[in-house]
Amino acid sequence: MEFIELKNVFKVYENGVTALADANLSISKGEFVFIIGESGSGKSTLTKLLYREEKPTKGSVFVGGINVGKLKNGNVYKLRRKIGVVFQDFKLLPKLTVYENIAYPLESYGMKSSDIRDKVLRAVERVGLKDKLKSYPNQLSGGEQQRVCIARAIVNEPSLIICDEPTGDLDPKMSREIMDVIETINKDMLSTVIMATHDKDIVNRMKKRVVCVHDGVIVSDKEKGSYIQNENS
Amino acid sequence: MKILRIIKKSIKDAFKSVFRNFSLSMASISCTAVTLILVAIALLVTYNVRNITSDIENVLTIVTFVDANATEGDIADIKDVIENMDNVSSVEYNSKEEIMEQMSEDEDMKEILDVLDTSPIQSAFVVSVKDVRKIDSTAKKLKEIEKVTRVKYGETLVKKLVSMFDVIKNGCIIAVIGLIIVTAFLITNTIKITIFSRRNEINIMRLVGTSNIVIKLPFLIEGFILGVIGSIIPILLTIYGYAFLYDYIGGKLFTELIVLVKPSDIVYLTSLVLLIVGGVVGMFGSTHAVRRFLKI
Repeated sequence: MEFIELKNVFKVYENGVTALADANLSISKGEFVFIIGESGSGKSTLTKLLYREEKPTKGSVFVGGINVGKLKNGNVYKLRRKIGVVFQDFKLLPKLTVYENIAYPLESYGMKSSDIRDKVLRAVERVGLKDKLKSYPNQLSGGEQQRVCIARAIVNEPSLIICDEPTGDLDPKMSREIMDVIETINKDMLSTVIMATHDKDIVNRMKKRVVCVHDGVIVSDKEKGSYIQNENS
Repeated sequence: MKILRIIKKSIKDAFKSVFRNFSLSMASISCTAVTLILVAIALLVTYNVRNITSDIENVLTIVTFVDANATEGDIADIKDVIENMDNVSSVEYNSKEEIMEQMSEDEDMKEILDVLDTSPIQSAFVVSVKDVRKIDSTAKKLKEIEKVTRVKYGETLVKKLVSMFDVIKNGCIIAVIGLIIVTAFLITNTIKITIFSRRNEINIMRLVGTSNIVIKLPFLIEGFILGVIGSIIPILLTIYGYAFLYDYIGGKLFTELIVLVKPSDIVYLTSLVLLIVGGVVGMFGSTHAVRRFLKI
């Protein structure tokens, strides 16, 4: 079994909207995969199924051998500790400093403060924010806030990093910087990266595997694909 | 050690949250304080009414008059019968001579007694009852004893007093229970607002892999802190307010018969009850409020 497997997955929301229909997908460990598609195409739903923010209506979703759809609510946290999630809107706690934001997950796991410190400093070094540890999120630029979000996602050295439109709110220069950080993490930490985006420049520049979703259906899955290529296919 | 670290962090976070969300914390604290003041009043009234009722019950006796021709043997027999009755707590025999002697101590009474040829005084048993509500049937049984001429007690007044105090006491108990429910409801709703304003925070906690119990714990402690702080003013009012009131009215209500409970006998217990109610209701309220945000 592959690291991530979606088998005949359907997701129908309570309002009757079908977000995913008969989705099948396999992703190996250490891969970097773009999930592309228009707004409302179902790419965000696909990523949410992986970290059990949503449950599949039908079919099964496996992450690291765990049947995510069948996971009890009380055990979801165990899955999420193995996954780092990077959000478009960063989801930082505004009243905590950069250090506290990154340390937050580890503190809630009950980790020793000396271990937390080591891990936070390592994560901060990877994203290049060492001199901003005492700043609050509102004192940082959008790019810097996204770096904090990435640092928080990788601080527990997860085997899977899910990025949901991480560059959606950033200008092209900052987007490129963020993508460089994520690519380096993928290479250095050997974490699997799945990124939902509709940023054509990034997808075309990085030459990674591209899965295209249209109206809830996976319409193409190409190695070293590009946005234009998939749109035309 | 891991659990201790989590508890330590939760306590720290709970205190931080109380101060960071100061205005909402104040709202929770004030509504807790207001309802707990009412709980305190109801508790104090209940306790006092219970005390007054039992005081009156202790004072009430049935005077059982004995036939003038009764011999010493008859009197001993009557005493035995009375002592073996269910509802009797104590019996005291006063002979005609003893009563005369007691009455003679009063100068006015002495004059009256001197004028009379034959004394109208009869020997009597003073019978105290265990349960004043059964005083009627006890009096009836006493009257049926041989050589007992008549029995005397304040039937109507006793019944009215006892039933009135029963109503007040039961009313106060219902009020205390009702007010505790209202407190729980108010605290739950106020904490719900606090938690609603922090739903993003809870969402982030969930997304980074924090377990539900670790998410709940700071809110639970926060609810406890708010409840305990909210009980401080009612506790101070109970301790100082009741003592002031007690001194102001001289420890009794209208008559010597209605004596209030001494502050030292009641205020500390009431304060403890308020503290526990505040803390527990606060914890319950916050747990209830946070639960809905943890559902996936």
